[in-house]
Amino acid sequence: MGLMSKENRGALIDPLFQNNPIMLQVLGICSALAVTTQLQPTIVMCVALTMVTGFANLAVSLIRNGIPPSVRIIVQMTIIASLVIVVDQVLKAFVYDISKQMSVYVGLIITNCIVMGRAEGYAMQNGPVSSFLDGIGNGAGYSLVLLITGTLREFFGSGKLYGQTILTTVNDGGWYVPNGMMVLAPSAFFIIGFMIWGLRTWKPAQVETEG
Amino acid sequence: MQLNNWKYIVGFAGVVCFVCSLFVAIAAVVLKDRQETNALLDKQKKVLALSGIVESPDSLTAEQVTAAFRDGIVTELIDLDTGEYVTDEFPNPGEFDQQDALNDSELSSEAPKNPAGIARIPNVATVYRVVNESGKTQRYVLPIEGKGLWSTLYGFIALNPDTNTVDGIIFYQHGETPGLGGEVDNPRWKDRWPGRKIYNDEWEPVIQVIKGAAPPPSEAPHKIDGLSGATITSNGVTHLVRFWLGEHGFGPYLARLRAEGSTA
Repeated sequence: MGLMSKENRGALIDPLFQNNPIMLQVLGICSALAVTTQLQPTIVMCVALTMVTGFANLAVSLIRNGIPPSVRIIVQMTIIASLVIVVDQVLKAFVYDISKQMSVYVGLIITNCIVMGRAEGYAMQNGPVSSFLDGIGNGAGYSLVLLITGTLREFFGSGKLYGQTILTTVNDGGWYVPNGMMVLAPSAFFIIGFMIWGLRTWKPAQVETEG
Repeated sequence: MQLNNWKYIVGFAGVVCFVCSLFVAIAAVVLKDRQETNALLDKQKKVLALSGIVESPDSLTAEQVTAAFRDGIVTELIDLDTGEYVTDEFPNPGEFDQQDALNDSELSSEAPKNPAGIARIPNVATVYRVVNESGKTQRYVLPIEGKGLWSTLYGFIALNPDTNTVDGIIFYQHGETPGLGGEVDNPRWKDRWPGRKIYNDEWEPVIQVIKGAAPPPSEAPHKIDGLSGATITSNGVTHLVRFWLGEHGFGPYLARLRAEGSTA
């Protein structure tokens, strides 16, 4: 099975629009709300989650035939937790200020349903390469949603992008009155809701059927 | 089936735990030095933020922080009991780690029962004097710590040379709930502190984080606005500020400064 076989390509690309973890599977919402006030921690979170999901999937897939069923979930959790701790340590070592801004939300990647969901739902049944690509793909789907949300929230909430002022706010002597709601968590709910609406208009097959 | 054999299960789990622990431990050890450098730099930036000599300390490089410290801040060590400077045993004040001292029974002692949850007090503490070009002290930055709801809060408080008026407060480490106790980091709350006074006429620390909004400093110098939904953290801040500016903390030091009429 080649690296970019149809199956592997599917594993990588599907989670972007066809099977997006946030917009279709509706997983991993809480971190989407919490870190997207600014683009910088958003990007860090996206990279962190993508790495964790990819490597957790890889690790679980490598040992999938040897895991005793009775401790299956705990073993997956141990692998995921170790990866998240290491990611947290790396962040504290290399981007300390951003890691402080993200405070508990990096640790909460352990509880992010996307990671465990893919480990249990894909990595346990598929080979290492496909699983790794599936993990990266789901991380990419998550990142797509977060980056759009983060961009909108930082731009409209403070007139900045990645810390650079684009629209000068009235507080700084400019004209732009920042949209206060964009700074609060519920705005992410609204933005993601609109995105789901847009995506399902584009791909009606994703709309759940009644009954 | 082999996978349900209990010996295999225990063995498998053991191996997974061992491998994961190894992975985490290697990462932690390899990265420790960088993290400590980062944490120290962050603490120094917080001191600079309170000192008023730098506009935006967060954007400074490590070299700029070191230069700012060299030019505008004098790090001193004081004996907490007497309030006197100690220079003999500690020729390098910048390297003294107050937190490490707390773990050493020779360098610290048990704290008296106090509402701030402080267990041990160091014998020697660090104080930062912000000085202008002619060496005159503009501000004192004192380390403070105490229990909040979920964690110990570590920070600094900046005092005017009159040793009573607050110039600022900042917490560089804590684990309080984001949005509730975590609002100690909110600049709008921190801005409520400058101009308030710690002590009453008998030099007892009476400053208090109250419930609700506090009137302006001219009317209520000893009151600070509370944090909504964060009573225990707010009370924790009150207790820790009062402790460290009281008789078991920097009280004797500040009294000595007032008695000598100096700002050195």
